[in-house]
Amino acid sequence: MIADILIAVVQLALVGLGAPLLTGIVRTLKARLVGRRGPNPWQPYADLRKLLGKDRVVSATTSWIFAVTPVVLAATMLASALIVPLVISRPVLGFAGNVIVLMYLFLIGTFFLALAGLDAGSAFGGMGGSREVAVAALAEPTIIVAVFALAMRAGTINLGGVVERLGADPQMALTPGHLLAFAAFFIVMIAETGRLPVDNPATHLELTMIHEAMVLEYSGPDLALVEWAASMKLFLFMALLANLFFPWGVPTEPSRAALARGGIVLAGKLLALATILAVIETQIAKLRLFRVPELLAGSFALALLSVTSRFLLR
Amino acid sequence: MTAVVYALAGIVGLIVGAVGVSGMLGVGLAWRCPALLPLGGVSLVLDPLAGFFLALVGFASVPASLDGLGRARRERRGRLAYLLFVAAMALVPLAANALTFLLAWELMSLASYVLVVQGGQARESIRAAWVYAVMTHAGLACLLAGMLLLGAWTGSFDVGAWRAAASALAPSARDLAWALLALGFAVKAGVIPLHVWLPLAHPAAPSHVSALMSGVMIKLGVYGLVRVSLDWLGEGPAWWGAAILLAGAVSAVVGVLSAIVDRDLKRVLAFSSIENAGIILIGLGAGVLYQAAGLPALAVLGVTAALYHALNHAAFKTLLFLGAGAVVHATGTRDMDALGGLIKRMPWTAACFLTGAAGIAALPPLNGFVSEWLTFQALLQNLLIEQPAVNLVFALGIAALALTGGLTVACFVRAFGITFLAVPRREAAARAHDPETPSRLAMAMLALSCLALGVGATAVAPAIARVGSHLVGTPTALPLGDAFTLKVSGEFASLSMPVVAAALILAALGVLAGLAAIGGRGRVRRYETWSCGRMLQTPRMEYTATAFANPFKRVFDFFYRPVEQIDITTHPASRLFVQRIEYANPTRSLFDDWLYRPLLDAVHRGARVVRRLQSGSANLYLAYILLALLALLVFA
Repeated sequence: MIADILIAVVQLALVGLGAPLLTGIVRTLKARLVGRRGPNPWQPYADLRKLLGKDRVVSATTSWIFAVTPVVLAATMLASALIVPLVISRPVLGFAGNVIVLMYLFLIGTFFLALAGLDAGSAFGGMGGSREVAVAALAEPTIIVAVFALAMRAGTINLGGVVERLGADPQMALTPGHLLAFAAFFIVMIAETGRLPVDNPATHLELTMIHEAMVLEYSGPDLALVEWAASMKLFLFMALLANLFFPWGVPTEPSRAALARGGIVLAGKLLALATILAVIETQIAKLRLFRVPELLAGSFALALLSVTSRFLLR
Repeated sequence: MTAVVYALAGIVGLIVGAVGVSGMLGVGLAWRCPALLPLGGVSLVLDPLAGFFLALVGFASVPASLDGLGRARRERRGRLAYLLFVAAMALVPLAANALTFLLAWELMSLASYVLVVQGGQARESIRAAWVYAVMTHAGLACLLAGMLLLGAWTGSFDVGAWRAAASALAPSARDLAWALLALGFAVKAGVIPLHVWLPLAHPAAPSHVSALMSGVMIKLGVYGLVRVSLDWLGEGPAWWGAAILLAGAVSAVVGVLSAIVDRDLKRVLAFSSIENAGIILIGLGAGVLYQAAGLPALAVLGVTAALYHALNHAAFKTLLFLGAGAVVHATGTRDMDALGGLIKRMPWTAACFLTGAAGIAALPPLNGFVSEWLTFQALLQNLLIEQPAVNLVFALGIAALALTGGLTVACFVRAFGITFLAVPRREAAARAHDPETPSRLAMAMLALSCLALGVGATAVAPAIARVGSHLVGTPTALPLGDAFTLKVSGEFASLSMPVVAAALILAALGVLAGLAAIGGRGRVRRYETWSCGRMLQTPRMEYTATAFANPFKRVFDFFYRPVEQIDITTHPASRLFVQRIEYANPTRSLFDDWLYRPLLDAVHRGARVVRRLQSGSANLYLAYILLALLALLVFA
């Protein structure tokens, strides 16, 4: 029981406090890669602090949907933090859900954020919302088929089960089917967290943005919550990619030493993924919005190939 | 008087629901009265499956009748047809021989036909009712043919006799009977491409009737499919299951794609019913495939997922139609591009509609999520069947269900957001108000049941699984975890809805507490929406339903085949002075163009040929009769 509470606290703290750092690291790496000095990796914390100290400007057009959305968004991410295996294979609420639950928890955030975009009555919010749900809808088949590919290999879709099964057989993570599923999931991660080439987290050009257009009306502490939730989503997706597809070194027993080791291993994997993401983001230009479905169709094809490779190699 | 009839319908619903629940719990009843009808008389049997669908009828008809009661003073037409409709729907699952079944079925169709004819705008209603009548009777013809064939082959019109004799029939005979009956039921279930009547008829009827048509009547089509595929004809070959699964996958995707671009609020809901019927059939198809492969536990899982989704759909679709009815009544329009801002004028309706929308979008902890999750679990275990072709069918089902899930979120963000949020786009929407207390109560009941069916999944799923076990014929109940956690196939997957709900609520409270601890969310300054520095923010600048659907139109343009029509009127003096711009971006129906138009043309051509026989001369007609008689004598 005490161990469970300890794990819950560690996971919540990792996601809640660590997520802005991860976002900051990606930004710094991107800046260095293009030859700029860039901001300090700790900059997102300063941004959040600044926003939390400000007043909120709220459009008189909006309703309670607009007001609850930032809280709902942050809550879904925190609840997910108790389900995703971060420092241990079976976190406190691991039994309560699996990848499908996790994806639908993220969809709650998408649902409310798109509604909040519409709530203010400006064209930007609606445009962002419409694009966001379109991208989310097209990413969904890839996620589930990639999960199916994993489930075929692990015999379960409970996150803890997948991590333990694949962790026990490290070779399995290097089979072609597994790598294909990883590639598919990686593309989905890019789309879902609004990174290049699908969306540009740094842009404020109204006609090209997706996520930023949706949250245009938020200010002050509300904006801080939305930004915090976005960085948590990136953190959770990357941690999921790291621990689900390469579950090497994820502890299965809750002891303090194991938790510490799990934390260090996770940090290493996240740093590796952040580097890959930063390299990709500096190498690729943003896709035109209506080319994005082609990218997602490509990721779906990868996931389907991963599944069929299993049929063929059976 | 009208109020009495609706109250009576509500009481009938309560009784039917109670009988249904007792049937699910294992109470078996059989009532036979040979004197009432020829060909075996009236025969009613209550078994667990019938009990489940009776419970469904009762569950949805109570709030729908309550809503009808709320409008009783204003709308008096169609009250008797409504009562008849509810009663007929309750008879269908009980009917245990061909004639009883067909009579109940036809009564249900005719009562709903009357209700469609009488609803709303005359021209639209008459056309909708006409298409509905034609399609439903084409379906009835298939059912009649199938049942007569079965009667001839087995020598009885009693379903018990079919069950006993089915395994002895030749496979081709069984396949033919299945195909005919399944086709007949598929029309009622709104399976693509037999769905054309549904988006016409459901919106045309008054909203509490649309609620029942979408919430329950199409489920009785599903009921028929369950019966023919797993019960009446015994254990079927794998292709039955594959056909159902693929038809479900196509219906789900095409249904939601059609819903996502429609501007008419009630038609969006009607198309979404097609989509949900598709999801139900995906689960059912998986069950039939597992049954054919000799995996009864997974077959029960598939059937359980399908029935659970049927129940959930009854909850949220009834709710959404009642909500849409309140909107239509308050504003006089179903066009979403004329609505907006209703959340401030109709707070009750908005909150209930949002619950239904979140439920149908399968957001946890509401009910739609549980059944979609179960359906996924049923599909994901297909590797136990070692046939690549079957695995491929399952993989398609998985992809279709996932795509449908994502698109449904988009569809209901649009339906709720455009209708209820921002500012009213027309005067009518600005003067809207919530409906009367009975209607509000009906919606609140359904919204609460959406939550209960989600959080209480561990109580509901085993009860439905018992119905599935009885149907599939496995002696032991399917183990589905404990009181808190739903567990599928041992360690394959687990889900705990109460814990997910609690985690979400606690996390939200935690966030609020954290904010309070560091000094609150800051002072609020009310200001207008940012408008790029322009002085004026009008409703015309809002995103419309049409605009919201644009990315989907572009991505799936091979399906929608949109046409751009721009009509620019200029001043006679100069082309540079534009007076009016009319823009329309309609989509074209694939099924109308490629299936029904050619079919109708062929029928017309055939009719022209046959017309030559019709001269009007009595002598010629007598000659025809003579020839027909001779032909019969020669061949018989």
